[in-house]
Amino acid sequence: MIDNITYLFKDYTLKTVILGCVILGITSGILGTFAVLRKQSLLGDAISHSALPGIVIAFLLTGSRSPVILLTGALFAGWFSSLCMMLIVRYTKIKYDGALAIILSVFFGFGMVMLSIVQKLPNSRQAGLNKFLFGQAATLLREDIFTMGILAAVSLLITFALWKEFKLLSFNSEFGNIVGFPMKKLDLLLTCLIVISIVVGLQTVGVVLMSAMLIAPAAASRQWTDRLEIMAVLGGLFGALSGITGAIISSSTSKMPTGPLIVLVSFIIFLFSLLFAPKRGILKKLYYTYNNNLKIKQDIILTNLYHSETKNIDSIIQNELWVFDKKLIKIIKKMEQANLLKRHDQSLELTLTGLKRVKHILLVGDSYE
Amino acid sequence: MYNKALEVNSLTVAYHDNPVLWDINVSVPEGVLMGIVGPNGAGKSTFIKSVLGLIKPVAGSTKIYGKPYKEIRKKVAYVPQRGSVDWDFPTTVLDVVTMGLYGDLGWIKRPGKKEKETALYALDKLGMEQYKNRQISMLSGGQQQRTFLARALVQKADLYLMDEPFQGVDAFTEKIIVNLLKELKREGKTIVAVHHDLETVSEYFDWVMMLNTRCIAFGPCEDIFVGENIKKTYCNQPVYSLVTKNNFKNSYVSEERV
Repeated sequence: MIDNITYLFKDYTLKTVILGCVILGITSGILGTFAVLRKQSLLGDAISHSALPGIVIAFLLTGSRSPVILLTGALFAGWFSSLCMMLIVRYTKIKYDGALAIILSVFFGFGMVMLSIVQKLPNSRQAGLNKFLFGQAATLLREDIFTMGILAAVSLLITFALWKEFKLLSFNSEFGNIVGFPMKKLDLLLTCLIVISIVVGLQTVGVVLMSAMLIAPAAASRQWTDRLEIMAVLGGLFGALSGITGAIISSSTSKMPTGPLIVLVSFIIFLFSLLFAPKRGILKKLYYTYNNNLKIKQDIILTNLYHSETKNIDSIIQNELWVFDKKLIKIIKKMEQANLLKRHDQSLELTLTGLKRVKHILLVGDSYE
Repeated sequence: MYNKALEVNSLTVAYHDNPVLWDINVSVPEGVLMGIVGPNGAGKSTFIKSVLGLIKPVAGSTKIYGKPYKEIRKKVAYVPQRGSVDWDFPTTVLDVVTMGLYGDLGWIKRPGKKEKETALYALDKLGMEQYKNRQISMLSGGQQQRTFLARALVQKADLYLMDEPFQGVDAFTEKIIVNLLKELKREGKTIVAVHHDLETVSEYFDWVMMLNTRCIAFGPCEDIFVGENIKKTYCNQPVYSLVTKNNFKNSYVSEERV
């Protein structure tokens, strides 16, 4: 097993693939943080789908398959699509979601038509353009990594430099205007950076699935922290982790597509975070609700016992019908275990601890988390 | 004669073909504590946003201490409506207050020790220091409002524009805010705040602007804030009859804004 893994890391092709997936994961994880916080998750989806016609047109115009040229086409198309969406929202009564759906489907449909036209051309070099649909990490070359690396470095450097400005934009852009930053320009710049981060992943994950890489790592990292800085770093780490794991799984199993695997891994990280995160996780919340409800029920029973003359279980059931459920006996058993009350056949008696708690409740009320 | 903190000349704002503000002419003297009142949709927030250049007016001009807003931006602080941001944003109280200093820092530079101290001082003033490291969604409405006020405080402005600083806060926070406003006034600052509770207008503010698309009345509370003007401002509103009948004491008025 370990031999297998060390072998994997010695493999040159695989090293290239892994490097590509890591670059993709870090960039989309960090910029996805902003996309998610600005509620622009779907924007990423629309932009990545819209990149397809750009790639094909760039190929048609130049006849070249160099990543620089194809990704430049993708950049332009992605940027143009976000511009179209902005104009639709500003000048028509169509809402943001409608504009997204229109642009996404029209651009993608157009791209697919162009793609099939290109494939019919009597030119052997056009083969391979459809790898941009779902990505094909195995075909990544040194030149591709170089292009991806530069794009990623530029976008991450700008994000780092303008960190506080982007934070202001994402949290409260109106206020950003007040303290003197041109928020509309920053908005445009951040959108451009998101477009770049999408373009970085197109060869690996493809236009159809790329938005998942923007959303899943960032949404997962939000679960673990309440700080933007940590969220972005975690997002990048989750993205990178998905990239590495996806690449390794696909290379150790024959004919497994890398892109979808990376997306699946990132989804598993997301699911795990959703369930098990310490503060915001679903399990933690369920646990809290359960505990609080139990405590409230116990407190009602305790105060009831304290006030009522008969200490009979049936009387409690009758007095507070709304507390009664099938679990009452269970709750009382739990209270016995906690030494809050004692039970003699059908009658209940407060213990000293129970009495103390009742006095506390009556004196200061009680705080529930 | 006094200096004019804020001068607005024939300001008209429209959303599509619907005028929200119509030919507003007011000049707010320096050092007053002015409330803006008016029914829902009267253009109160729009007025403040137009002064700040956040909304482009159809016509008219505004001057702050005799200069256009862009030249005197640093002298103006803003408290937006509490509902205008996503409180689940991953950030802390201290971080939000520090945002008020981003403008002074300029591009790229990060806030440091000095900025942190300034922010802490402002938080302390609003009784919020103990919450400095809280994520902002873990605050009560009043605490959120105080966070926004602290952020405006660190801007060290001369003119404060506040959009409903009292909206949805409890009596405790309301008192803290009122005291802060009066203290700012004592320091010679000018405050313009959108307000909803007619009962407390005369108590909290010394000037008032009564708005319902047009400026119905404008001036010192004792001269302006009278039944006749309230009637005009709230005409066509179910509120007004109750207000005038019960001498502003009816709680329906405050409920109306919920």
